[in-house]
Amino acid sequence: MTALQEKPKAVAPEGPPPRRRGKRATALAGTDKLVLGLMLGIPTIVHVLFVWIPALGSIALSFSRWNGIGGFEDIEWIGVGNYVEIFTEYPRFWPAVQHNLIWLVFLLVVPTCAGLLLAVLLDREIKGSRIYQSALYMPMVLSLALIGFIWQLIYTPDGGLLNSVLGLDKPIDFIGDSDINLYAVLVAAAWRHTGYIMLLYLAGLKGVDPSLKEAAALDGASATQTFFRVTFPVMKPVNIVVAVVTVIEALRAFDIVYVINKGRNGLELLSVLVTDNIIGEASRIGRGSAVAVILLTISLGVIIPYLYQVFSKENRT
Amino acid sequence: MTATLERPSVPPVKKRVVTPTRVVLHAFLILTCLMTLAPLLWAVYASLRTYDDTSVNGYFSIAKSLTLANFAKAWEVGNLPHFYWNTFLITIPALVITLLLSSMVAFGVSRFSFKFNLLLLMVFTAGNLLPQQVIVTPLWRLYRLIEVPEWISESGSLIDSQIGVILIHIAFQSGFCTFVLSNYMKTIPYELTEAARVDGASVFRQYWQLTLPLCRPVLAALATLEFTWIYNDFLWALVLIQDGDKMPVTSALQNLKGTFFTDNNLIAAGSLLVALPTLVVFFVLQRQFVGGLTLGSTKG
Repeated sequence: MTALQEKPKAVAPEGPPPRRRGKRATALAGTDKLVLGLMLGIPTIVHVLFVWIPALGSIALSFSRWNGIGGFEDIEWIGVGNYVEIFTEYPRFWPAVQHNLIWLVFLLVVPTCAGLLLAVLLDREIKGSRIYQSALYMPMVLSLALIGFIWQLIYTPDGGLLNSVLGLDKPIDFIGDSDINLYAVLVAAAWRHTGYIMLLYLAGLKGVDPSLKEAAALDGASATQTFFRVTFPVMKPVNIVVAVVTVIEALRAFDIVYVINKGRNGLELLSVLVTDNIIGEASRIGRGSAVAVILLTISLGVIIPYLYQVFSKENRT
Repeated sequence: MTATLERPSVPPVKKRVVTPTRVVLHAFLILTCLMTLAPLLWAVYASLRTYDDTSVNGYFSIAKSLTLANFAKAWEVGNLPHFYWNTFLITIPALVITLLLSSMVAFGVSRFSFKFNLLLLMVFTAGNLLPQQVIVTPLWRLYRLIEVPEWISESGSLIDSQIGVILIHIAFQSGFCTFVLSNYMKTIPYELTEAARVDGASVFRQYWQLTLPLCRPVLAALATLEFTWIYNDFLWALVLIQDGDKMPVTSALQNLKGTFFTDNNLIAAGSLLVALPTLVVFFVLQRQFVGGLTLGSTKG
């Protein structure tokens, strides 16, 4: 945090504006130019070829009908047909949208509040703060696929922890019941996400200038007032990161539902609809790509403002 | 990472007194931590019990005896050494090459100024934020098109090969690493490489012998993070590898479920074995792990 806040200072040239550096770069010797070109070029080609070209490919394929197995000559271009079909006929689409939305709202509310609360509690001199932090961070290192496995041991009607603790006559099938399984899975996903949010806010809180709080206290503000009126607004950059991370996480959600039941019976997600076309039974590349483009559009909705926030500062220096 | 160190230490104002508020605070924190650890502890408990014990007494009971037999069985029946090896073959090259390529780009954009510097950084940063599903379908198709010699991949193309999975990890993860590394390199005084340049050091020497050693802490943090991320990957291998035998351990879990039938004790033991490497990394390198995430999130 601080390291990066100092960045403008370190970079801010007292004398030489960036333009001069540009000149220097062109003044490089031939070999150096070539070396630098390769150092920048190779990674960029790898990244663009395997990330951005396929992303653009999704857009192109979303206007086609294709089974993906045959050659390119089998591609039939059908305009917006896939989108029309998705919005009007495809039965799994709207449930998936709904589930992704619930996923997003749940993650934005539960882990964010819990993570913020824990960060505030731990951001002070208390004994054993490190131990508490370790325990709370731990779920972060586990994969969501693995979390799916571990939580099934808790949810299973057949001797699972939760049903044993509840001790009902008729055990609840948390995973099998399509009315509640989404929330059961979300609790497991939130279990992991909370530690991450807490980490982000702890870093954010450490970056807040203590004199701000002191000034507020001198003016007679209560601790609660200080937090909501001073500390929280000052952490705006962290709040933005939390929002971006959470939205992306909600769009990416896949592993955990796939491990549990391949994303069926109440656990449909947009990501599942995409992958079903290559590893599932549906093999309709066009329709899958159209769903991918919808994912892309939503994610760009947060990526672009985020880039703007991050890099507009850079321009100023 | 340095952030935590730079925080001005608060002078101890008064002696710590045991107040009711503190007691409540600690009670709350202990309870929260226990609830956080509960799922794992439950899995550990289940994994240590015999099938006979739990099938008669249920899981929610005092264990008659504890045993490590489930771990041995999961290890053998699940053929875990083989899958660990697959993971190792994918994770280590992907990790090393990602850091190498990212540090090169970061060095280029932070030490030299071109017109397209910002654009390049944006491309990498945005790329790392895309949901994988946006990429996966055309990538799967692209992999079938790219022909490679048979000694690299039996299928003759990138599909169904570990090289393919390594490649997409490199391409995808280099977004995040480039971003973090370039932010870090910008904090290194410009005069340093300038002086080396005046002394006649080539661009490569400025990168390899001057800049990289200074980036050791951030490289360690990124290596820790990337290890867990690549190790934990499920989707790429699931989609790009068809032959179950070539899968890394995280994606192979899916098939293990079938192998273990419905023996929950065995599933618990298998899951814990798969989790073990990341848990070890977390306990040993927690500072690096947390530091990496903090650096990556606070992007200015």
